[in-house]
Amino acid sequence: MIRRGFITAALLALTLARAPAFATEITFYYPIAVGGPITKIVDRYAEEFHKSHPDITVKPVYTGSYQDSIVKAMTAAKAGNAPDVAVLLSTDMFTLIDNELIVPWDDTASAGEDKAWLKAFYPAFMENSQTGGHTWGIPFQRSTIVQYWNKDAFKAAGLDPDKAPGTWDEVVAFGRKLVKRDGGGQVTQWGIEIPSSGFPYWLFQALTTQNGAILASREGTKVAYDDPKVIAAAQFFADLGQKDGVMPKGIIDWGTTPNDFFALKTAIIWTTTGNLTNVRSNAKFSFGVAPMPSRVRGGSPTGGGNIYLFRGTDKAKQAAAVEFARFLTTPDLAADWGIATGYVATRPDAWDTAAMKKYVAGFPAAAVARDQLKEAVAELSTHDNQRVTKALNDALQAVLTGAKPPKPALDAAQAEATRILARYQH
Amino acid sequence: MNLNSSAERPSPDALRASPSPRRGEGTRLNPHVQGWLLALPAVALLATFTHVPAVKTIIDSFFATPRGNHAAPFVGLDQYRAMLADPIFARALENNVIYALITVPLAIAIALAMALVVNACVTGRAALRLAFFTPTILPMVAAANIWLFFYTPDYGLINQAIRALGFAGVNFLGDPATALPALMAVTVWKEAGFFMIFFLAALQQVPPDLHEAARLENASRWQVFCRITWPMVMPTTLFVAINALINAFRVVDQVIAMTGGDPNNATTLLLFYIYQVAFSFWDSGYAAALSTVLLVVLASIALAQFFLLDRRIHYR
Repeated sequence: MIRRGFITAALLALTLARAPAFATEITFYYPIAVGGPITKIVDRYAEEFHKSHPDITVKPVYTGSYQDSIVKAMTAAKAGNAPDVAVLLSTDMFTLIDNELIVPWDDTASAGEDKAWLKAFYPAFMENSQTGGHTWGIPFQRSTIVQYWNKDAFKAAGLDPDKAPGTWDEVVAFGRKLVKRDGGGQVTQWGIEIPSSGFPYWLFQALTTQNGAILASREGTKVAYDDPKVIAAAQFFADLGQKDGVMPKGIIDWGTTPNDFFALKTAIIWTTTGNLTNVRSNAKFSFGVAPMPSRVRGGSPTGGGNIYLFRGTDKAKQAAAVEFARFLTTPDLAADWGIATGYVATRPDAWDTAAMKKYVAGFPAAAVARDQLKEAVAELSTHDNQRVTKALNDALQAVLTGAKPPKPALDAAQAEATRILARYQH
Repeated sequence: MNLNSSAERPSPDALRASPSPRRGEGTRLNPHVQGWLLALPAVALLATFTHVPAVKTIIDSFFATPRGNHAAPFVGLDQYRAMLADPIFARALENNVIYALITVPLAIAIALAMALVVNACVTGRAALRLAFFTPTILPMVAAANIWLFFYTPDYGLINQAIRALGFAGVNFLGDPATALPALMAVTVWKEAGFFMIFFLAALQQVPPDLHEAARLENASRWQVFCRITWPMVMPTTLFVAINALINAFRVVDQVIAMTGGDPNNATTLLLFYIYQVAFSFWDSGYAAALSTVLLVVLASIALAQFFLLDRRIHYR
């Protein structure tokens, strides 16, 4: 009896003594931007990580939308209570650097195998993750824009149901055939919908990429809003609604675009690959997923969120954060996350896992976004990003609503962006 | 209204004369100290959450936005000069003034009309009152989402009705000409029911002998309204108007929930723009200057109520 008591006491003393010395707790902020039981999946990842790394506990904190999440991370950091790791938009990189809130991964992850890890991702995703010779973001929930088309509507319009528009000319030609009107001349089905609410620059960037323009310099200090190729892309975007009559006029809401597709109000939509699972479960017709059409080239901007490492004084926490980020981006987990959400698995070897091979065999559309990555470019991102981007958003909405022609609108946006970025020119 | 007027404040003499069974003469507090202690919780709360932040905001508006861990340099009136050259600020202010000038009178007129209806002896009066009041009970974000569905192009409720009548559909929130009016409609719908309650209370305070006298004189309904009802509810109208005006400059939820300022700032209102500058652009110095302007607008409305209009209105 005494002996047992002694052992218990000794064990207790041991646990008490060991607990503070070995347990590292890190806070992980993450947003949700797609449907599905995301919090459950993230909690499961955190538990699995704790099982394989008993000395580290991850505390996942769901922080709302991307915008809510950056507000929470920035205000918490300014109050001296920053998270250790967070998933935020890849385009927030310059903002986070300028506010001195994050540190590069390569400072902590400097061992040989860490270096290999930082090179394991698709180069298209790293474009938004590196600047000044450092890696600031680890690709996690990344996407591109793809076309979804209604095969039944194509058949009814006399088009090949297995061929999505492959060029700008086909977008217009197919669109004209797909538009349906009722007896009174009202359109009951549009050819195409490219959303333009909230962040029209992202979908517009697909058009500028296809027309051969690059919107921002890699250092994030210059933009090319007044490039003639960009102006021509804006003209094409506006003409779809105002001249060709294949797209609704005015601003098309991002959120209702998939619903318009399900309700047969439009035969083609452009939206994120992150909507793949949503479309798959809600479309009551056979649909296809295709890469973006091309003009002088194909291509789409990437999108979505990276994992950032926040500035802190505790080396143990930073090392733990690197361990956790590596765990979240192993080929198996990247595949699992991609299948569960519709995001593009971020590294080539994730597509060689058994789970992913099985998924793609049953649902080939899932691989479209991956195959498009070789033509993908960095999403528009600069210093003072949201303000510089808003200049373009405002110009685009002015053009799409017919308030201004493309050239003066984009010239004004360029002037505004140049003014904002002046302080970052060296 | 004047809860802290001198007439209601206990005079020092009264306090001194009051019996104090538990305390001896020597330990009695100075009445001024006692008064301040009583007010302390309210003063502390107001100071912490209203006055100190307001003063700090005004001070911050004379500094640049701090970058990283560096202190912000003093820039004097630069933020205000930038504001004068900022087309989005001009647009937000213009939108907000239009928004106030249209929603406030409209909400008041509809509220008064509804109050007159539910004050009269009609069958189903209780049900009508409830129906008119329901929008007020709904949270703004829920109401905004309902209206988002109403406004949806093609298959939204309003567009279905328009199309059934043979007219072309309208992209309410996607067209700069209709986006702001669409938001105004939500506000009027939401606020009119709430203001109706105040008018209903005011109507029930109108002495019945006035109506009896009018009936003896064979006055028309319009004359009764112009000569009796309208003057008698005037204090309520003023109260409601001031509140509606202040609310009109504090609107932010339906902008965030419905348009995010789209298209091309057509629905950007002042407070939403402040939010955007502060939490999307992280330009806290400029946001402080914008907040100061909003503070001045709200303070002027309140002062107008207290000092100018208050004296011209007939209170019984």
